[in-house]
Amino acid sequence: MGKIIVWFLFGLMFLLHQDFWWWEDADLIFGFMPIGLAFHAGFSVACAILGWLAIKFAWPSHLEEFAEGKTDCESQRSS
Amino acid sequence: MTTLLVIVGYLCLLLGLGFFSSRLFRGTSKDYFVASHSIGPFLLLMSVFGTTMTAFALVGSTGKSFERGIGTYGLMASISGLVHAAIFFLIGIRLWAFGKKHGYLTQIQFFRARFESDSIGYLLFPILVLLVVPYLLIGIIGAGKTIEPVTAGAFPTLFTNPSAPPWLGGVPPWLTGLVVSLVVLSYVFMGGSRGAAFANTFQTIVFMIMGLVAFVFIINALGGVGKAGEIPARITDKDLVVQDYRFDKDSGALLKNEPPKPIGKVLSSESSNLTDAQPHFWREPVQVEFKKKNPKTGELIPFERELGIPFITFVTYLFIPLSVGMFPHLFQHWLTAKNAKSFRLTVIAHPLCIMVVWVPCVLVGAWASGVLPPGIPPPAVLSAMLNLLVGDPVLIGLLTAGVLAAIMSSLDSQFLCLGTIFTNDIVVHRAGKEKYSDKQIIRIARAFIISIVALTYGLAMLAKDANVFDLAIWCFSGFSALFPVVFAALYWKRATKEGAMASIVGALVTWVYYFHQSGYGGEYMVGPGIVPAAICFAVSASAMVVVSLATKPPSSQTIAKFFPDSGEL
Repeated sequence: MGKIIVWFLFGLMFLLHQDFWWWEDADLIFGFMPIGLAFHAGFSVACAILGWLAIKFAWPSHLEEFAEGKTDCESQRSS
Repeated sequence: MTTLLVIVGYLCLLLGLGFFSSRLFRGTSKDYFVASHSIGPFLLLMSVFGTTMTAFALVGSTGKSFERGIGTYGLMASISGLVHAAIFFLIGIRLWAFGKKHGYLTQIQFFRARFESDSIGYLLFPILVLLVVPYLLIGIIGAGKTIEPVTAGAFPTLFTNPSAPPWLGGVPPWLTGLVVSLVVLSYVFMGGSRGAAFANTFQTIVFMIMGLVAFVFIINALGGVGKAGEIPARITDKDLVVQDYRFDKDSGALLKNEPPKPIGKVLSSESSNLTDAQPHFWREPVQVEFKKKNPKTGELIPFERELGIPFITFVTYLFIPLSVGMFPHLFQHWLTAKNAKSFRLTVIAHPLCIMVVWVPCVLVGAWASGVLPPGIPPPAVLSAMLNLLVGDPVLIGLLTAGVLAAIMSSLDSQFLCLGTIFTNDIVVHRAGKEKYSDKQIIRIARAFIISIVALTYGLAMLAKDANVFDLAIWCFSGFSALFPVVFAALYWKRATKEGAMASIVGALVTWVYYFHQSGYGGEYMVGPGIVPAAICFAVSASAMVVVSLATKPPSSQTIAKFFPDSGEL
């Protein structure tokens, strides 16, 4: 379930990135930051949060187990 | 002169760091090439971030924002935060698992094993070199463009032929490029990959801190947070592009232009209401004609520039960050990372690091449109802003050192990585491991690195006026076109060596075609504004699928090795 939510959020982020709704808007946030830039700065923060969620709910621990298992060299030695 | 001394001091510090890391060097080729798998989470983050965010991030993003405005951030930075993190997660960790399990050090070793083909290595190697070279070039070009304005007047009798008249006496780009190349070469020679990783970490911290310091000084010089928003160029009711302010260097104050100074005129736009718009603060395309002065004759020459970003360009740019999946130095970091947990910090912090560096640069570039002449070369915008707005020479020296740090932190890894691939996958692979001693292998790598540095330096001198941002985009486009190869290698059992080769050739042919069409490194769009990377990617992916399905599947041993039972992988 966690993986599905992470993938859904990932797809949603792609859609949010195309922020055509502020394409012609040059209003300033905090008096200096154009709204289009502020949105994308917030998008970067959201990417970091999504990364954290992916690690928390979709971490590929099976890959770690696979890699940390017997290596090719060890297999050859034991045979 | 003070500025120059600070910069020289910084370069000496780097050499000291190289000397320190050489004391830790164990003398083996494995330690030289991959630091004996000792790169942990923090070094991995700094290394990955430092090498992907080079002159492109500081010099290039500021210059591009000066040309096109704040859309530059969404175009490359925010989408990279998403795509890069996804690739670290989906590609990087999986590659680490195979590197750890089977002992691969480079991407060519991995592809040779996965596609059961020696030839794929010989096909891929020259293409990797061809695509990395533009990335190296932007470092050398960016360094030259940065140093000359900030050292203007230091040697008025020695350097009498500046790139632009106000920079008379500044250190010329050929000398800066030479010094930067030699410094990077020195610490890569001394410390190998550990030296490069230490230098990367140190320099990445330096350029992030200096970037923020520069931003604070620039914003203060522009009259503070509230005032800075009024600075960018504005469009009047008569469709003229004007600058409302100028910065008076003598008094150190921002003065209002009465009347506003016209710098260009609007030629076309789809927007109905342009009056009082600041086109650098939005993304709607506006075609503008500016004028720039010929440095030799003083004559004013008109030139056109499109401000803003067409929507189709913005959307198709998402293909460009896929390049990180095929960058040789990142591939090598993934294959040889200490453990899988090393990736966690990078996945979370990479988008934030991008934001910390890019947001200030993009803002500075947009503000620059209001105080700098429009004809200034885009790669020189950042240093011109520092020179204009920050008066203290020591501070300018430190800030410039920060820019150099960003540039050099990328060059070192790339040089080292190409040396590693050449030595391990071409020379030793052909001759056999027994033919060369460990010391000879390191010597071969160093000789190859010297030749690459010399080639890069020569090309940089030929292409010294190239746009840093656009050249980097060409490099990224080539690597993103190769992305289907790594993705299919990891996730598609049916991918064959013939499919991989067709994909590589398809990527190369389309990339070379569009690169040629661009005039070798300029900005180029296909049709309504599609970036060539999207088309190169489509050709490469199609070739992979069609040819793989038409050829014999990989052997069962290879399938078992790279696609073990689902319980195991």
